[in-house]
Amino acid sequence: MTTTSETAQAAPPAASTVPPKAASRAVRSKNRIDPTYYWMVVPVLALFAFFITLPALVGVFFSLTNYAGYGDWKFIGLSNYVNIFKDPAILQSYIFTFIFALTTTVVVNIVALAIALGLNAKIKWRTGIRTVFFIPMVLSALVVSFVFNYLFSNTLPVLAERFGVTPLATSILANENLAWLAIVLVTVWQVAPGATIIYLAGLQSVPAEVYEAADLDGAGSFRQFLSLTLPLILGYLVINVILGFKGFLGTYEIIVGLTGGGPGMATQSVAMRIFSGFTGGDYSYQMANAVIYFLITLLISVIQLRLIQRRGVSL
Amino acid sequence: MTASTFSKPVNKMAPLGLKNRSGRTRKSGREGYKVNWWLTALMLVASLTVLLPLYFTVAMALKSPDQIGTGTGLAWPNPMNWDNFAAAYVATNFPVAFMSTAFVTVFSVLGSLACSSLVAYAIARNWNRRFFRGSFVYLLSAMFIPFPVIILPLIKQTALLGLDNPGGVVFLHVLGGISFNTLLYIAFVRSIPVELEESARLDGATTWQVFRKIIFPLLAPMNATVGIFAFLGSWNDFLLPQMMIADPALQTLPVVQMLFQGEFNTNYSLAFASYLMAMAPTLVVYILAQRWVLSGVMRGAVK
Repeated sequence: MTTTSETAQAAPPAASTVPPKAASRAVRSKNRIDPTYYWMVVPVLALFAFFITLPALVGVFFSLTNYAGYGDWKFIGLSNYVNIFKDPAILQSYIFTFIFALTTTVVVNIVALAIALGLNAKIKWRTGIRTVFFIPMVLSALVVSFVFNYLFSNTLPVLAERFGVTPLATSILANENLAWLAIVLVTVWQVAPGATIIYLAGLQSVPAEVYEAADLDGAGSFRQFLSLTLPLILGYLVINVILGFKGFLGTYEIIVGLTGGGPGMATQSVAMRIFSGFTGGDYSYQMANAVIYFLITLLISVIQLRLIQRRGVSL
Repeated sequence: MTASTFSKPVNKMAPLGLKNRSGRTRKSGREGYKVNWWLTALMLVASLTVLLPLYFTVAMALKSPDQIGTGTGLAWPNPMNWDNFAAAYVATNFPVAFMSTAFVTVFSVLGSLACSSLVAYAIARNWNRRFFRGSFVYLLSAMFIPFPVIILPLIKQTALLGLDNPGGVVFLHVLGGISFNTLLYIAFVRSIPVELEESARLDGATTWQVFRKIIFPLLAPMNATVGIFAFLGSWNDFLLPQMMIADPALQTLPVVQMLFQGEFNTNYSLAFASYLMAMAPTLVVYILAQRWVLSGVMRGAVK
């Protein structure tokens, strides 16, 4: 740094070999900053503010009005918010979304951890098996859901009938009590590889010596998993649980591909409800819903940060 | 488990569980290299959960409507019916949808790489300045705003600006991913010694030149990671194109598949041929470049 400014000071201002721009840049010291750095950040920040922050603020504004998405509007205070708490359809969508997110989080993490342990063990054809397990990651969730849609509504019932499993003889997507399980299943199929990768990273971070010591002490592999592996990869588990749970709260595509929110309104997620504000003429009402949804996810984020800080989880 | 591990070519596969036998492996000293055949069998059976739906998609795509009938759809078609692909090609106007998707993906990837790396570089090198620290916190705050929250006003806004087309989707893909991508880049930029830049500056290089000639090439591993995430996210996105793109003719491949979801549509062979054509591009790229893709994704996971 010092050499830079010294050179600049030593150079005569009229030296024709040094272009003026380069000279002024060379004067840069600890207190002066090359404006180029601002040019690198400010345009992006401006676009970001315009396309991400502004809509958020506009949304909060309209949640306080009776705007239908078109035409006139006036302020109605917090009426939208009050009404949301009395709206059974909205409450139902929150209940569904939370139950779905909780279940999916648990299942995804069990499946992903199992796959990661399997891939990390001494198995034959590891590369090939690994390739197969990560395929769902690169496929469109919507298209995958369409494929599963046929499997659930045509293939499974035919098979069930053939083998005499009557409860499955009709499409589970048409069953109010079972449809959500199909959504959980397809979500797990689609999301497990991502979580597996994080667990693999965790498993690799466990030092070899730990296992060698455990071997000497005569601990079996199940015992080693419970007492060694699990505590040592706890940070990765926390990350997976939190990232996953927040993601599943916004679930949309897979429901569109499987049930479209039905049967009835049994599988309407919060995100689907909010998006219905486009066409349903209840724009401001769904904006209020979106604000509530935001506050809930924010609360979860705060809890997450606390957890991570307290545990001292570091990756 | 950071950058240093990945930059060693010898250890390329280590992060993915494929440990080389150079003695750095953790279980190497334990039981030698006895393959666990029971576990291998178990994993093979488990991998059917992935393979079966894919096999099913291919089998369905090759059937005629008669062959589908009322069966399970699991049987392999005989004879195979290749006409479905041509029909699906026409029905979905595949070339246009493909080009639209490719347009969105290519520019989202390029935009993500350029914007995030520039922002990360400027922030990492000026961390002592309040403005840049503030920018960082501001960008990160977006990670706490889920997309459903801003989508309604956002769509109105983009429509007003005439951005209700694939170009607008590119904007949103780049800006939506910028928080996460910048986070990935910043950690990496910090690991690049400032001395490298200073010698170039002494030779009269501008900050732009330093970035383009020195920093950006050094970011290559992170570029791969960010590029892969941006590619997959963009190519497979359904929500934004569906909501933003006003002209149905310009819709992207995943959205176009909605065509077959009509209540009266029962031409499943056509639908599955189309699904397969929508899945094929990413699937083929993944199979061909799987080592590279997985190590890139892994790098993102470790951060």
